[in-house]
Amino acid sequence: MISPSFNAIVPMLCATAGALVVMLAESWRARGERMPLGVLGGIALSAAGIALALLWDQQASSFGVIVADNFGIFVSLVVVVAGLVSIAFSSQVLDRDGIPRGEYYALLLFAIVGMMMMATANDLLVVFIGLEVMSVAVYVLTGIRRDDPRGVEGAFKYFLLGAFASAFLLYGVAFTFGLTGTTRLDGIGQFLAARSMSSSPMVLLAMGLLLVGFAFKISAVPFHMWTPDAYEGAPAVVTGFMSTGVKAAAFAAFTRVFLSAFEPFSADWAPLVWYLAIATMVLGTVVGVAQHNLKRMLAYSSIAHGGYLLVGLVAANQVGKEAILFYLAAYAVTNLAAFGAIALLGTADRANDTLQDYRGLWQSRPMVAGVLTVALLSLGGLPPTAGFIGKWYIFSAAVSAGYYGLAIAGVLTSVISVFFYLRVVVMMYMTEPAGTIAPPVVSRAALATLAVTAAIILYLGVLPTALLDLAAASIDTIF
Amino acid sequence: MGEWLLFYAFSLVAILASALVIGQRNPMYSVLLLVASFGASAGLYVQLDAPFVAVTQIIVYAGAVMVLFLYVVMLLNQPREDASEWDRTHPLRRPGLARLGAILAALLVVELGWALVRSGTLGAFTGDTSSLASVRTIGQVMFSDYVFAFEATSVLILAALVGGVYLAHREGSR
Repeated sequence: MISPSFNAIVPMLCATAGALVVMLAESWRARGERMPLGVLGGIALSAAGIALALLWDQQASSFGVIVADNFGIFVSLVVVVAGLVSIAFSSQVLDRDGIPRGEYYALLLFAIVGMMMMATANDLLVVFIGLEVMSVAVYVLTGIRRDDPRGVEGAFKYFLLGAFASAFLLYGVAFTFGLTGTTRLDGIGQFLAARSMSSSPMVLLAMGLLLVGFAFKISAVPFHMWTPDAYEGAPAVVTGFMSTGVKAAAFAAFTRVFLSAFEPFSADWAPLVWYLAIATMVLGTVVGVAQHNLKRMLAYSSIAHGGYLLVGLVAANQVGKEAILFYLAAYAVTNLAAFGAIALLGTADRANDTLQDYRGLWQSRPMVAGVLTVALLSLGGLPPTAGFIGKWYIFSAAVSAGYYGLAIAGVLTSVISVFFYLRVVVMMYMTEPAGTIAPPVVSRAALATLAVTAAIILYLGVLPTALLDLAAASIDTIF
Repeated sequence: MGEWLLFYAFSLVAILASALVIGQRNPMYSVLLLVASFGASAGLYVQLDAPFVAVTQIIVYAGAVMVLFLYVVMLLNQPREDASEWDRTHPLRRPGLARLGAILAALLVVELGWALVRSGTLGAFTGDTSSLASVRTIGQVMFSDYVFAFEATSVLILAALVGGVYLAHREGSR
């Protein structure tokens, strides 16, 4: 091999090194000694973020399978920010719930490595390995409270169904390789474009298997069964990380595979994704209305948001692709704020995550209530928040591509979803506190992070052009 | 001449060891005899010019799968099989699913017999087997085209290891 360039994998190496350092530090830790493991993880992620920023517009590529184009960098940055925010919330939560710090931070960093691998992979095999690195780490993070039956149940369901879905994806990779003789996405695209075999059942089989594998990870209906249990059972910080990082990485790989390698067959897969999008939006919203546990409600909301992202994928025009990236970023910040607030409100005795626990929160914890309000309004898509701009772009992409049905379904489900988001807001501001529960102590660092996320949500809602320009620049480089 | 000697030696070991596997009362002996049987078959694969299959046989079957079997035997912690009256009955006369093993064995005998009878008429495989199964070719591809995937797998295994150890770790043993 002639002097391979390592530039494109430097961000991944940073995060891997961080995970190894955290593990080593933990093993050298004396009993009872406190080590700033979270800070170590934060340093590693910051280094990865800086490396990603330096790679912007460089078109670096390593080994031919990792391509740090702007699209991959954009999604990787979203993942890194999700990791940093999660770490900022974690410290307090880990002490409270008795979660071991070493294993937690190491697995978090490994998951981020896998996500970055998925976002920048130009090879189906690497996509699969990245997906597995991410999934294995997240399965364990879901069940990291081993004495909590709900956490173990969620992790076990997630693991069994996830392993099953991985097999589907791997079969898809194998069939694609058998068909085209390569696992490189550009090679597959060239091979498929060169000969027209749109009617070939092998192509349809390979695409279908890949579609199922990705649809599981983005929890599209009908592959969403694990989502509510896993999201409810996991610690709220982990849920926040999972619902943003996993979704962003899986969507990046999904988009890249289907809009570059399988672009010639969009007439075959777009109708399927159309149905997935409708089912996902409707089921996520309708079932979400009936939930009384806030984490479970946000799990269904997360399913619905996956549906909105699928709308952008079906539209597949310039606006749609930009909108997917903007939406991923906006949704990540919003969900991190919401789950961060939920995580910080828990106490060692109880999680405080049912709707009733939010009675009169405005009086006991005004700051957390304020941030949670901003996040919920953004999830509902109300101006002036990031969620509004994201939905606006997604639906306008659908309209300009001629998918009026998708746009109408999206707007209707958004309206319904506002009901259950606002119900929490009403509970926080317009009822008296129950008074029996002692308000939890929230650390200053966590409060500052919450404030920052809320500020970003509002900033993106008022002045979205900077991020939209970045998203547009990301799209130009690959599609 | 030497090749024939080796062939008969490997075949004899494979057949004897396999026969002894099912004749043992102590499951630990069965497992070890199975390792011997796998090793002998690996030798046969080498003679068939399929070194990669032989290496895989050693690593995957004699290595990984056997360790799994040994763990199961250890976890069951039953050094000697229970020789009850039920066990002494002929396998084919046992009720229900207990007959399954005997039926599968009979099927295998029929299948192998059919294959041997037909082997004369089917003709030999004429493709270039050396490039298909040589360790060299596979190694070259693995460390050039797929080097990143190969290295990334180490991160995957490490993450799985950390997670597995954490979940299996018993409270208070630290």
